[in-house]
Amino acid sequence: MARMKFLCDAERCIECNGCVTACKNENEVPWGVNRRRVVTINDGVIGAEKSISVACMHCSDAPCMAVCPVDCFYRTDEGVVLHDKDLCIGCGYCFYACPFGAPQFPQAGAFGLRGKMDKCTFCAGGPEKDLSKEEFSKYGSNRLAQGKLPACAEMCSTKALLAGDSDVISDIYRTRVLKRGKGSEVWGWGTAYGKPDQQKAAPAGAKS
Amino acid sequence: MRTARKLILAGAAVVLAMGLAACGERDQVTVYKQGKYQGKPDTKPWENDPGTSLYTTSKWNQGDKSSWESAVKTRNLAQNEYNRAE
Repeated sequence: MARMKFLCDAERCIECNGCVTACKNENEVPWGVNRRRVVTINDGVIGAEKSISVACMHCSDAPCMAVCPVDCFYRTDEGVVLHDKDLCIGCGYCFYACPFGAPQFPQAGAFGLRGKMDKCTFCAGGPEKDLSKEEFSKYGSNRLAQGKLPACAEMCSTKALLAGDSDVISDIYRTRVLKRGKGSEVWGWGTAYGKPDQQKAAPAGAKS
Repeated sequence: MRTARKLILAGAAVVLAMGLAACGERDQVTVYKQGKYQGKPDTKPWENDPGTSLYTTSKWNQGDKSSWESAVKTRNLAQNEYNRAE
């Protein structure tokens, strides 16, 4: 296996925020923390509006790992970047280093108290006993230990967000781009409902 | 008299040696070292018993990395809806 990665297809993302909701629900993420977000550019401009779902990208050379003063980050055999919350001091260096704004800090109290860092775990839990109560309360769900993929990608209704082995999802995306074409071919009535020459002829006597 | 002078000279030599010892030049360029993970070890996903998790269709042999990988790959390929449509 190569490395676990996310891939978001901006042509397919419809900004439904289903991935954000799925992540919140699956991991019971506290209020104020967003492990995943949907970013939209050219909002409202027909044909130019693009959305992308962003979370921790589990970088191969992760800057958060490089700057952490207490070395609480590690990378699993599958290429998932995780951290130990028992070691984290909540300094926020990882937040400044991350180009995606992935590290999140829970805040509680009136004076902006900053807690330990929280981020997307690729639904792989953390350094606690797999599928234990402690792991869930600190890091959320461990779907990889159940042979599943991250909840955000598996429930994506348009399959814009792909997650898994980078080789496999790259192949899926490549096939998709080759089949759907490019430019204006990728959106509109024909793409959504099929082109007239591809529709099957209705059987005689069938209702319309 | 001579002994006193010798003592003063010896004392001065010691003070001079100690004083100059602080004037050594040190390398002031910081060399950063790659940190090592300091936290607790994590378990591997394939070490879990697939029977313990509910609502999953993935099956693998406990402790067998390659069978877990193939189970996840099967799940991964389900994201390609072109396979389902054709």
